[in-house]
Amino acid sequence: MTVFFNTLSRFSRVFSSVLLILLLSFPALAQQESSKDMDTHETSSEEKFDAGEVIIHHVLDDHIWHFFDGHGGTLYLPVIVYSEEKGLDIFSSARFYDEHHNLVPYEGYTLEHNHIYLNGKQVFDLSITKNVAMLLINATLMVIVFLSVARAYKRNSGKAPKGLQSLIEPVIIFVRDEVVKPNIGHGYEKYMPYLLTLFFFILFGNILGLLPGAANLTGNIAVTFTLAFISFLVTNFSGNKAYWSHIFWTPGVPLPLRIVILPVEILGIFTKPISLMVRLFVAITAGHIVILSLIALTFIFQSYLVGIASSVVVLFINLIELLVAGIQAYVFTLFTSLYIGMATTDHDHH
Amino acid sequence: MLLAILLDIAYAVMGAGIGAGLVAIGAGLGIGKIGASAMEGMARQPEASGKIQGAMLIIAALIEVAALFGLVICLLISFKA
Repeated sequence: MTVFFNTLSRFSRVFSSVLLILLLSFPALAQQESSKDMDTHETSSEEKFDAGEVIIHHVLDDHIWHFFDGHGGTLYLPVIVYSEEKGLDIFSSARFYDEHHNLVPYEGYTLEHNHIYLNGKQVFDLSITKNVAMLLINATLMVIVFLSVARAYKRNSGKAPKGLQSLIEPVIIFVRDEVVKPNIGHGYEKYMPYLLTLFFFILFGNILGLLPGAANLTGNIAVTFTLAFISFLVTNFSGNKAYWSHIFWTPGVPLPLRIVILPVEILGIFTKPISLMVRLFVAITAGHIVILSLIALTFIFQSYLVGIASSVVVLFINLIELLVAGIQAYVFTLFTSLYIGMATTDHDHH
Repeated sequence: MLLAILLDIAYAVMGAGIGAGLVAIGAGLGIGKIGASAMEGMARQPEASGKIQGAMLIIAALIEVAALFGLVICLLISFKA
C-alpha cells in the first residue's frame, strides 16, 4: 500500500494524509470536550447525563448548529417560515433562545420538538436547518471538485492526469465499468450523469457526516427519500414495453396465477425504492448512533480510563464507518443501475 | 394501576433488550456463513481471492444493514418507553 501511496501525485498524497489525520483525530476531540462539559454540568445544574436524549439530538435535524458550549460555539441558522396570517418571515433562530439557552416564543412563533408553531398550528417551514446547510456544503464541494477536474481535463487533454484528476478518475472508471455498464448494458451513457451524481453525492455526504461537528446528512430519511424517489422516477420513465408488460401481464404464466401476480408486481414497483431509502438511512444513522453511544459511555461512567478505552474503540468503529460510507454509496448506485437495467433491457421474447 | 403501567414499560424495555440480542445473533450467523464460504472459495482458488474478498465485504454490509433495521426498532422502543 505504501507503493501505491508513492505513486499518487503530491497533491493527492497531502490531501489524503490531511483527510486521514482529521478523521482519526475525532476521538481526541471527545476527550477534550468531556472534561469541559462535565464541569459545567456539575456546577450549573444537577442534571444527570441523559445519554438517550443527547444521542437522539445529535442524529436528528436542528434549527441551530451547535459546535461547542460557550461563547460563539453555536451557529444560529436562519428561520424561514411562511404562514397565511403572517406571510413570509425570515429571522435568525437566535430569537428563539434567551441567555440561558432556554426556548422562548418569538412574535407568536414557538419552537417545540424541532417544529415551529404559530398559535398552535404548524407553519410552512423552509428554514435553513442544519441538514439543509450540510446539503448546500455538500453540493458546493461537489461543484468545486468536479468543475476543477473537468477544467483539468480540458487543459491536459491527451496528457496524463495529475492532481485531483488522479483521485477522481479511477472512481469514475470504477462506477462506469463495474456498476453501470454490466447492469444497464447497451445505452448506459444516458444514465451515467445521474448515476455518477448519485454515487458521489452519497459518498461525499456519508464522509462529511463522519467529520466532527458535522450534520447527519444522508442519515436523514427525507434526503434518502428524495434520492430514492428520483431513482424511482428515472427507472419508471425509462421502462420500455417489455418492462410494463411483464408487470401487468406476466407472460409465460397460466392465467389465474397472473391475477395473483399482478398486485405483487405492482407492490414491487414501490418496494424497490423504499428499500433503497431505508437501507441508506438505517446504515448511516445506526453507525452514528453506535459511535455516539460509545462516546456517551465515557460520560455515563465519568472515568478517565473508560474515556481512553472508548476513544480507542471509537477510532476503529470510525474506520468501519468509513468503509460503510463507501459501501452504501456503491450499493445504492448498484441497485439503482440494476433496476434501470431491468427496466430497459430488450428482453428475449418467450 | 401504576404497577400495571410500570410492568408494561418493563416488558417493553425487556423486549427491546432481547430483540437487540437476537438481532446481533442473526447478523453474526449471516456474516459467519458468508465468511465461511468466502474462506473456502479462497482456499480452493487463491487467484480469485481479490474478487471473493470484494464480494464478501459488500454482502456483509447488506446483512449488517438488515441487522441494523432491527436494532433501530429496539432503540426506538427503549427510548419511547
